[in-house]
Amino acid sequence: MVWLALRMLVGDPVKYLGILFGVVFATLLMSQQVAIFVGILKRTASQILDVHDADIWVMDRATRFIDEAPMLPDQELYRVRSVEGVESAVKLAYGQLGARLPDGGAFRTVTLLGLDDSSLLGAPSKMVLGELKALREPDAVLVDRLGYGFLFPGQPMVLGKEFEINERRGRIVGICEASQPFTSMPILFARYSQAARYFPPSRNLVNFLLVRAKPGFDLGPICRAIEAASMQGPRPLAAYTRKEFAWKTVEFYLESTGIPVNFGITISLGFIVGLAITGQTFYLFTMENLRQFGSLKAMGVDNWRIVGMILLQGLVAGAIGYGIGIGLTAVFFEATSGVPALTGLGMFPGLLLGIAGTILAIVVLSSLLSIRKVLFLEPAMVFR
Amino acid sequence: MTVVVAENGLAARCRGLVKDFITAGVSQRVLHGIDCDIPLGAMTLLVGPSGCGKTTLVSLLAALLEPTAGEVDVLGENLGAMRGGDKVRFRGKNIGFVFQQYNLLPSLTAKENAAVPLIINGERRLRAFEIAAEMLRKVGLGDKTDSLPKNLSGGQQQRVAIARSLVHGPRLLLCDEPTAALDASSGRTVMELLRDVAIAADRAVVVVTHDARVYSSGDRMVVMADGRVTATLEDRAQFAEIGKGEP
Repeated sequence: MVWLALRMLVGDPVKYLGILFGVVFATLLMSQQVAIFVGILKRTASQILDVHDADIWVMDRATRFIDEAPMLPDQELYRVRSVEGVESAVKLAYGQLGARLPDGGAFRTVTLLGLDDSSLLGAPSKMVLGELKALREPDAVLVDRLGYGFLFPGQPMVLGKEFEINERRGRIVGICEASQPFTSMPILFARYSQAARYFPPSRNLVNFLLVRAKPGFDLGPICRAIEAASMQGPRPLAAYTRKEFAWKTVEFYLESTGIPVNFGITISLGFIVGLAITGQTFYLFTMENLRQFGSLKAMGVDNWRIVGMILLQGLVAGAIGYGIGIGLTAVFFEATSGVPALTGLGMFPGLLLGIAGTILAIVVLSSLLSIRKVLFLEPAMVFR
Repeated sequence: MTVVVAENGLAARCRGLVKDFITAGVSQRVLHGIDCDIPLGAMTLLVGPSGCGKTTLVSLLAALLEPTAGEVDVLGENLGAMRGGDKVRFRGKNIGFVFQQYNLLPSLTAKENAAVPLIINGERRLRAFEIAAEMLRKVGLGDKTDSLPKNLSGGQQQRVAIARSLVHGPRLLLCDEPTAALDASSGRTVMELLRDVAIAADRAVVVVTHDARVYSSGDRMVVMADGRVTATLEDRAQFAEIGKGEP
């Protein structure tokens, strides 16, 4: 009966292609939009996730996300270092600044990370050109590969280029890989002491304290201990593990921007339109085969086998449509991998599973109407 | 299920058969206590004007409908005593169908269409195709086994349907207006084919028809009117008399 179900399905090419089109459309739209949505949200926390060598981020308790962190007094660093379980704690200056390119060139906003001078904790893990140790030279900055392209479009990657950061000289001593930020700004790395020259003068220039825990200590209790210790100081602190802070930043964007609503509408449309096309075409396919299904029932096929045939037809069309849809999404991301705005966006196993589940729901929902029609079909209708 | 051939030489036996249909809450009696025997080894014509209950009676014989009252025995089995699933299996093994509109699956070739009852009954596909091709040769379509229904004439399609109805060796063949959609020549060919191929000592053929041109093909005639059997004829000369009264 598997053979019969499949022959019936492909025997009507127009309807078959219609069903496939519905599934492909839904798969393509939903997978592409979900991938971009998740990728964009991940970008909001990319600078947190890129810092692999810090276990805990400490910040002012008023901080809602990485780009909105009030400055901390220097003495907080010593208070945190004294907490049990903390192996080391260093300063991180983080913020956006203006950068002017040489010869009256373009003006760009850049994200600058000022790393602890001695440990360089938070430095990029992969260099494309140059060496990390060059960061110790005067006026030295690292720039991420894509950011270099934003600053010097169309120019080959070379070291030694100079430009102004907040009207002070910066010299590119290395080009590194870094995850794209939400705003597609170039990311610069400098020593803390160097970064302090770029940021506007202020009593305090530290936004975050990066903590490494002693081996064998759980991060949660250390975070709570840091927060408790800060209650003795001038302002309460918050301490989060790397993942917790990343989620806190993502949640801020989810709650405070229209991104989820916009993407949600598009993804919902993909589901609804896909369901409508697939369901309607599948129902028409069944209706046109109603007499044939009646004949099969008259010839001794019971209702369960008929239900099995319809579900199989739906599942096969769904699987093929899903495969094509995912393939097209993969082609899209491959074709746009060189576009800076889309760099790093792509599919992931959870997305493939989630979309497969959604397509399964579309196929089953589409089949239900057809199944109902066939189940209540009187086999005696074949004589009418 | 084991096929039982009735000892009394009957393929089917109806006693006091009543069937009511309820339409818009109103009950309408279509069959009024039918008594009727269908013998093995013969072609029984079920004739009468449209709406007289022929199709309802044949649907009851096929266990496609439940009678309101009365009993139907087919091949010695009381259909009323059978459960739903048993009825479906019984029908699949023992009853063959030829429909007015052929009801062939358009995406299957003639051979594949003819093989469907065998596949339903669990035969391996390739073996089913071999048997179906042989049956198609018997009905004169040996050169059309790989043709799709859309490439066959009406008469050829009906011959495929006949091959399909016989391929699994049913003991009761129910044909609903098999010539109604055919021209006179094709209709005659189909009836001759039914006589040549379908009639066997252990098989009964029931043909529902009001096509007077094919009355001469039958061995017996059950005449119906207004949901009742008004005559059962076994003399072909009398068939012609009935035919004269048909429109």
